[in-house]
Amino acid sequence: MRIPYYPGCTLNTKAKGFDRAARQSFAALGIELAELASWNCCGATFPLSRDNLLDLAGPVRNLVSAAAEGDKLAVACSTCFNVLKRSNLVMRNEEDKREKINFFIEADYAGQVEVVHLLEVLRDEVGWDTLAKAVKKDLSALAVAPYYGCMFLRPPREMGFDNHENPQILENFIRALGAQVADYPHRAECCGNYIAAFDLDTTQEMSYLILASARKASADLIVTSCPLCQFNLDRWQQDLAMKHGGFRPIPVLYDSQLLAIALGLDVTPFDLDRHYVDPRPVLAEKGLI
Amino acid sequence: MSEDKAPITRVLIIGAGIAGIQAALDIANSGYEVVLVEREPSIGGRMLQLSETFPTLDCAQCILTPRTVEAGHHERIRLMTFSEVTGITGDIGHFTATVQRKPASVNWDVCTGCGLCQEKCPTKVTSPFDRGMGKRKAIYTLSPQAVPNKPVIDREACTWFTRGKCRLCEKVCPVHAIDYEQQASTTQVEVGAVIIATGYTLYGLENLGEYGYGQVPDVVDGLAFERLLSASGPTAGKVRRPSDGKEPKQVVFIQCAGSRAPETAMPYCSKICCMYTAKHAMLYKHRVHDGTAYIFYIDVRAAGKRYEEFYHRATEEDRVLYVRGKVARVFREGDQVVVWGSDTLSGASVEIAADMVVLAPAMIPHPETLRLAEMFGIPANEYGFLLPAEDNILPVETVRPGVFVAGAVTSPKDIPETVAQASAAAAKVLALFAQWSGVPEAMGISVGADAS
Amino acid sequence: MRIRLSAAKVHNDFIRKVEEMSGQDLLKCYQCGECSAGCPAAFAMDLLPNQVIRLLQLGEYDTVLQSKTIWLCAACQQCYTRCPKGVDLSRIMEVLRDLLMLEQGDKIVIEKLPAETLAEFPQQAFISGFRKYTA
Repeated sequence: MRIPYYPGCTLNTKAKGFDRAARQSFAALGIELAELASWNCCGATFPLSRDNLLDLAGPVRNLVSAAAEGDKLAVACSTCFNVLKRSNLVMRNEEDKREKINFFIEADYAGQVEVVHLLEVLRDEVGWDTLAKAVKKDLSALAVAPYYGCMFLRPPREMGFDNHENPQILENFIRALGAQVADYPHRAECCGNYIAAFDLDTTQEMSYLILASARKASADLIVTSCPLCQFNLDRWQQDLAMKHGGFRPIPVLYDSQLLAIALGLDVTPFDLDRHYVDPRPVLAEKGLI
Repeated sequence: MSEDKAPITRVLIIGAGIAGIQAALDIANSGYEVVLVEREPSIGGRMLQLSETFPTLDCAQCILTPRTVEAGHHERIRLMTFSEVTGITGDIGHFTATVQRKPASVNWDVCTGCGLCQEKCPTKVTSPFDRGMGKRKAIYTLSPQAVPNKPVIDREACTWFTRGKCRLCEKVCPVHAIDYEQQASTTQVEVGAVIIATGYTLYGLENLGEYGYGQVPDVVDGLAFERLLSASGPTAGKVRRPSDGKEPKQVVFIQCAGSRAPETAMPYCSKICCMYTAKHAMLYKHRVHDGTAYIFYIDVRAAGKRYEEFYHRATEEDRVLYVRGKVARVFREGDQVVVWGSDTLSGASVEIAADMVVLAPAMIPHPETLRLAEMFGIPANEYGFLLPAEDNILPVETVRPGVFVAGAVTSPKDIPETVAQASAAAAKVLALFAQWSGVPEAMGISVGADAS
Repeated sequence: MRIRLSAAKVHNDFIRKVEEMSGQDLLKCYQCGECSAGCPAAFAMDLLPNQVIRLLQLGEYDTVLQSKTIWLCAACQQCYTRCPKGVDLSRIMEVLRDLLMLEQGDKIVIEKLPAETLAEFPQQAFISGFRKYTA
């Protein structure tokens, strides 16, 4: 099976390990993630001001490219997923905006592509049972805290593929890989997002709530599918350990990295050494690398 | 249709909660016959689940039981419990209703209500009457004071029905009343008028994931808290939280759980929650003297007789702390239930590490009501509440002549309002019956001439 | 603190602009406080989210524009998701930021960010940061 695939800027630069792990894991599962022939940045935030059509032009260009290659567009990064999916709904449902944007970018697109997250592809195309059978490593000693963040689930009226207050897709993914789910309350709170560029203290405290809660639930590591969440959660742990006595750092992996590990792929290309909190000791301790 | 036949001065009342019982007694005590149909095995409805009623703090069962007993023994009231109305034909004066009785698996004509079967039954199941907090047997009555005090077998729980084993109740029953073969039966009743009083149920709180209902064991709804406070409840009136049976020292009450929320749940105000939440907090403090009660509220709506005073009493006498804002999140941390709310009066977000949370869910009509609406040709609003003929001046009439409504079946109502409506519906029915019995003529004569 | 209310104040053009650009009706909000209860950045805010709407309802927009709150909204959509009236507060915050920056210039200046930040931040953080903190 071949699915048109949108990597996005961060996966093309800072989060190459995320991208490589996704492509190689899906290939191992018989799915070719076929990078769009032409793509550009999604804009990294969905424009919230009503007259801001220009910021929709970028994401829609990607959807136009996708439409030329298939009826689906698979996305790994949950922020890109959010922006592309919401932009697609604008093209599908808001006629006046659709006309203007098509005019700007000289296209004729009406939202016909279905934007899906890689986890959805795993759930709907591969299936949790098939995935479980493909697992080569024993993850049963590993407790994984699922982290959804904001963009994956909200706003539910638009994203709506999982219960926004009690989501299950990451839990099912972790279970399919044979690992334990560390159940903690703050899996869908915001990590601080772009506030880091304006007020680092606030971002750090927002991330701390999540990290401390996952630690308390005895998680060995956290998985997420957003590079900015990954960065915020990963980057500030040393500062947080100084601020909050007793806090023990916890590694933050991308979902595809954990998938690749479970499938028994050679982890060298996946940049496990580029994380701020090194995940390798705990993975080695559990006999996974 | 049958103009040659005299109209029937007998009423069918659907639903034997406080509304149905009140209307039944009013009509029966005026000399007319009543057929009172109830889905549950016994009468009393929601009020039987309550502990004490606002604003007087009367024991609900104490004020209700004399009425259930009177209705149960009344020579002009025919109780048809464990039954549902499944069909209606005819018009005002000449309705024929089909009433289907579910199989009780017990021959009630023989059963003496001794209770031995319930005592000996080895199968325990979670009790819906106790909102999942207590257990009952597979053969059960709703309460020891049930009217009628005859049991039914829960065929989904009874091991004879599920696994073909047991029959213990049959062995112990001194009068051989157990009848595993009993079938559903159908009866036709002829009546001249109908009152629909099927009441309410509670909004499905699992739709509001942020409150943790169904996920966090110590998050319960208001009706469950009534059972905890009730002397006949699963804890005999002691406040114990479900997870570990401990006495909660800090309890957070959350109003408007699903009410006043057009985008996420029900748009209307459920009307009774302000007062019963004040009552819950008060009764909690009466039982747990060193406890702390917080109430998150948006507005306190206390527009009933002595309601405002009741609210003041909660704060001043019982030291309940009202926090003006909504709660956005309830989650478990260790053995505590953490609440994230806001206090808009101080302009602060608020966090409370509590032991228990009580939600006040929106009142919604019983799902059965829509089926009745269709059957009777009475319009319902978009939430399933029946529409009276006219909200302002015809509150208990419907568009169908001879069919009346009373209580929470048309909109959220408290007990005093429900009882008033029930008596109003009864008066409307009695006016018809009086007309049909020729009473007005008799009245005319006695008023005009020397009445001796 | 005393606010003098008047027709001119509560119906002023700025408020109308905010409503128009955000597509939100400010008077829909009945101040239940759910947004503030669940906002993950509320602890750092000088005005709570519900107070932002309240002050706009009163026409008191200067106080709002001076607050730190509008810069701390991460558009995480938690408030909108739970709002019983469906008010999308993150859209209001965005419009307030945009209008303020059109007048006063960018909130962050790329040249002034520490070199370490520039080297480390993922691309996504820059792009979204610039979208939110520059006009």
